[in-house]
Amino acid sequence: MQCQICQKNEATIHLTEITNGARTEMHLCEHCAQEEGIAVKSQISLNELLSSLLAVQPADDELSGDSEQKSSCPHCGFTLEQFRKEPVLGCPYDYEVFEKSLLPLIEKAHAGNSRHCGKVPSKTPADTKKQIELMRLRQQLETAVEAEDYETAAELRDKIDKLNSE
Amino acid sequence: MKLTDISSDINEWFGGPGPLADVVISSRIRLARNLAGYKFLSHCSTTEKSEILRKLKEALMSLELGDKTFYISVDKASALDRNFLVERHLISRHHAFSKGPRGAVIAQREFFTAMINEEDHLRIQLLKGGLQLSQCAEQINRIDDMIEANVDYAFSPRYGYLTACPTNLGTGIRVSVMLHLPALKMTGQTEKFFNATKDMNLAVRGLFGEGTEAAGDFYQLSNQVTLGISESDIVSQFQDAVIPEIVEYENSARNQLLSKDSDVLDDKISRAMALLKNAHLISSQEALFLLSHLRLGINMHEHMGASTPAIESLCALSRQDDDADNPQGVSITTINRLFMLTLPAHLQLNYGKPLDPTHRDALRAKIIRSALNQDT
Repeated sequence: MQCQICQKNEATIHLTEITNGARTEMHLCEHCAQEEGIAVKSQISLNELLSSLLAVQPADDELSGDSEQKSSCPHCGFTLEQFRKEPVLGCPYDYEVFEKSLLPLIEKAHAGNSRHCGKVPSKTPADTKKQIELMRLRQQLETAVEAEDYETAAELRDKIDKLNSE
Repeated sequence: MKLTDISSDINEWFGGPGPLADVVISSRIRLARNLAGYKFLSHCSTTEKSEILRKLKEALMSLELGDKTFYISVDKASALDRNFLVERHLISRHHAFSKGPRGAVIAQREFFTAMINEEDHLRIQLLKGGLQLSQCAEQINRIDDMIEANVDYAFSPRYGYLTACPTNLGTGIRVSVMLHLPALKMTGQTEKFFNATKDMNLAVRGLFGEGTEAAGDFYQLSNQVTLGISESDIVSQFQDAVIPEIVEYENSARNQLLSKDSDVLDDKISRAMALLKNAHLISSQEALFLLSHLRLGINMHEHMGASTPAIESLCALSRQDDDADNPQGVSITTINRLFMLTLPAHLQLNYGKPLDPTHRDALRAKIIRSALNQDT
């Protein structure tokens, strides 16, 4: 498909706008989309993303008087200052100790997600496994509803009810 | 086990006979894990790192993988050996050149590697030729269970497997597929591919992972999101939706080349042949770039029955003596071998000692010439 504006390049950006029920479509090449001021998301490295996210945080924290920024982890001595230089944590406890500062960037890096719903080590207590399985099913239910796949949604709803009553 | 035992041939998964192997070179899944009760590596002392290494090495060397395993002490290996392991995709560049006690446990047939003390305490990976992600997922999951029977992983019910970098948090899974997309490049449609991957939160990298350029039209596509989605959902997204779609893009570009731009195709293949058959010095970048065009020609002949003048003369190149399964001409195996065996560390390891760049380029050109000019 050709770009609607320049009529030359391949259209790689497809916009669908629905205003008051009226649907309009636009097909543009990357160049024309930029000219039109339609932002094109470019791929930036995750490290860059992580450090830029942390870089903007201090201002908010000063306002809220948060001490997380200055404190260090009692288990490993890790500080957020270190994280800015190299985006790796000091020990598993840092996820808890610095939760408030880390959560926004965890969500940002994982498409808004902030809860695990995958594999669980076999040694994990049964109750924890159940909670994670419930999370996974609820998420699948949401996807099914979005896709208007009501048959799958009903099956998932039954599974969730069954698991809840166990 | 010495590295020279494996360096003279390509490994099973590279250019193997897997599903969609004309476009999908390989499927890889890696899991990131850390031991409970230890700090992450950036905050570990050398003594702690040695202890983690000892513990994990023991757990890994006792695994029943259905193949012999060997251990490499990466911090003590020579730079050439480390580069070789990177070229072979057995360890990461980061693992090869970071500091401190670290090692790798490798299955002799090279389908499995465990890196100990990389960015996380443990990273295990499973590799297969072609599009075989579900099989990789199933096997790596089983291996992960076996390891976990002997060690305790750092895990939180809320965040899942705890990793040194929050970008790997949750499942700790990285699914990557290596793709050969020369026709998309020739028809100027790589932008379409890049945009599609961006929209799906996927990362595109070059042949040797993070920070490397896409050489020879090879691209590695991998997931970025590891939290809030299950392993099986990530795998099936790749296996059933993303990859088949990209393969279709590439195949329609190949058809387009045949029906509309066969001169472009023939020009690239003929020039590649002429250079590769005659050059006396050839850099590894140039070799990758040119061999890519031969690979495209042979695959189009084998999978689409394409027969343009250049493809015909490519296929008529004298056959390799050891290539009994393809009596008509130079086979995809020949080309795949040339790709891997002419990489810098492979060249030098097989030659027996380090060579300066000019001598490497001469040796590379000689190997390629003799493979493509067998009877002439």
